[in-house]
Amino acid sequence: MKKIALLGMPNTGKSTLFNRMTGAAARVGNWPGITVELLSGKILLGGDMVEIVDLPGIYDLHGFSDDEQVVRHFLRDNVPDLALVVLNATQIERQLSLLLQLKQLNLNMVVLLNMADEARKFGITVDTGKMTEALGIPIFLLSAKYGTGYNESMQAAARALRYTTPGLAENLRDQLKQDGQIETEMARVLQHSVQVPARLPDNLTNQLDHLMLHPWLGLPIFFGIMYLLFQAIFFFGQPLQTGVNALFGWLREAAIVPLLAFLPAMLQGLLLDGVYNGVATVAAFVPLIVLFFLFMAIVEDTGYLSRAAFLMDVLMAKMGLDGRSFVMLLMGFGCNVPALMGTRVMRSRPLRLLSMLVVPFSLCSARLQVFVFVTAALFSPKAAPLVLFSLYLFSFASAILTALLFKRYFPSSEPFLLELPPYRFPTLRQMMLRGWHEVQHFLRRATLFIVAGVVLVWLLTHLPPSAAPASADTLAGIIGGWLHPLFEPVGITPELTIALIFGFVAKEIVIGSLAVIYGLGGEALSGALAQQLDWVQAYSFMLFTLIYTPCLSTIATLRSESKNAGFTLFAIAWSLVLAWMASLAFYQTARALGY
Amino acid sequence: MKTAHPHTATTLSSLHPGETATIASIHAEEALHQRLLAMGFRTGKKVELIRRARFSGPLQVRIGTTDILLRKAEAEKITVHRT
Repeated sequence: MKKIALLGMPNTGKSTLFNRMTGAAARVGNWPGITVELLSGKILLGGDMVEIVDLPGIYDLHGFSDDEQVVRHFLRDNVPDLALVVLNATQIERQLSLLLQLKQLNLNMVVLLNMADEARKFGITVDTGKMTEALGIPIFLLSAKYGTGYNESMQAAARALRYTTPGLAENLRDQLKQDGQIETEMARVLQHSVQVPARLPDNLTNQLDHLMLHPWLGLPIFFGIMYLLFQAIFFFGQPLQTGVNALFGWLREAAIVPLLAFLPAMLQGLLLDGVYNGVATVAAFVPLIVLFFLFMAIVEDTGYLSRAAFLMDVLMAKMGLDGRSFVMLLMGFGCNVPALMGTRVMRSRPLRLLSMLVVPFSLCSARLQVFVFVTAALFSPKAAPLVLFSLYLFSFASAILTALLFKRYFPSSEPFLLELPPYRFPTLRQMMLRGWHEVQHFLRRATLFIVAGVVLVWLLTHLPPSAAPASADTLAGIIGGWLHPLFEPVGITPELTIALIFGFVAKEIVIGSLAVIYGLGGEALSGALAQQLDWVQAYSFMLFTLIYTPCLSTIATLRSESKNAGFTLFAIAWSLVLAWMASLAFYQTARALGY
Repeated sequence: MKTAHPHTATTLSSLHPGETATIASIHAEEALHQRLLAMGFRTGKKVELIRRARFSGPLQVRIGTTDILLRKAEAEKITVHRT
């Protein structure tokens, strides 16, 4: 099968084009370095099946960072039959340098000047005919986001695929011309084909940045936006969740209970109070997850992440990190795994490792589910969003403390150099794709971990059969009893201890296992929690949940990205120690103060 | 107060917000130099300092149509002539 590779600088819209070509839902965002690994898809092009490979962005062919290595290795090992070189049309003046480097590799190429819509808005005109002539490569204007010029681009790609591919140099680096030559060549090509207005119109981005990056207002605005987001999540998400819970409860009584009536009581219990209650309680979070990721998609696509890097870099530098580490913490709000992989844009290994040490403290959407459930059960509707916000602050605090404590073991002098893209807004289609993608991700995890997890919890809380369910005589009770001396001083009950053990696998299981342990789903579980715990215990439990190891996937990613088992073990051990100490400090202080 | 003379060589990090300059030379190690080139920092290019973050934080500069954030330490490696 013929292979087409998408090549270009970071944040030029390769993944947006990839999604349009393949119908896939690769993650896109207005941040240089959203794609750090290879993605591939197969499509029918010009009558043949071809494989499309989306590559991480590269600035040049000299790159040393891990995401750029991915591209170099790919090009060395698989010469693509066609390279679709995606350049940002508004920055053609500088991105041409990459094209000229690629040209020396004798690749079969078609050039797509993407973001043609933005270029037009900025008054930049490109004469593609003249440029094609000057370069000897077919060039097309495209808006991958809106689809303008897409058909012509694909026809050109199909035409170019018919020609055989010239070879590729054994050693990429040796073949690269001196930079001086590239500069002369750039000037020659640009001279007649591209016109950029001397001064760009004072556009929306400049005005917005005036406010968002304001020397004194910038940070308060950042925290204000975050607070509003969590208010919104509670305001819209909580009622949705209650609604879905009610629906599942009704379904259970109306259909599932009569359907399973013929089974023996033990099996009925397992299926109803184990699997159904557990899974339904977790599934009720789907609307919240969708809502959350719609917000995340907007934040990521607007380009605000780079602004956050600008605002926080000074502070992060004091912790041995940089603005990009902070952006990874923000990305970790969605899921820690892609945030860990996102650190590939860093060249210095110590900086990368230190960033990977702090990213798992980022309050991910799975932990958010636990906190939304517990805060809604134990705090008044007025206090709940504030409690949630405080947990996000604790999430930052844990990351900061960890970095401060360990930065001297990870010294780095990596330069901080980052593009600041203009503000953009995702299309409705892009937002829907993202939402759908996250639901799929959630359901995959649900089927993988949650069903197995809740079944195991049910068995632990119902075996041996002689013991009363969930009592101290069951397996769960015995394990909880062993760990009691450790968790008693932090106010965490044996029931919650069992949930925490399963939370090690994935935080999505925590509420599911509580549902199984108490034999109650949805609203009834909230009631039971409110009765058994006071707010100090609940908050201590949430602190522990926040800080200790997020999930097995995160551990696996830490291991594969660091390629260092010792580092991975250290990250796990430290998070457990910090979780226990933070909960202890909070619980004992609150009790000492008379709460 | 010291006044800046036009055309005197200085570093990018000493520009004030709103000032423009022409890049005279770049003194950076290989990897950083390559990245700077790819981001558009080339001798003879015009560069404008847009803003600085508080507490000697990063600088936002504009070269052509690209806005770039860089730290003071990196900006000191770029010599410019004020225009």
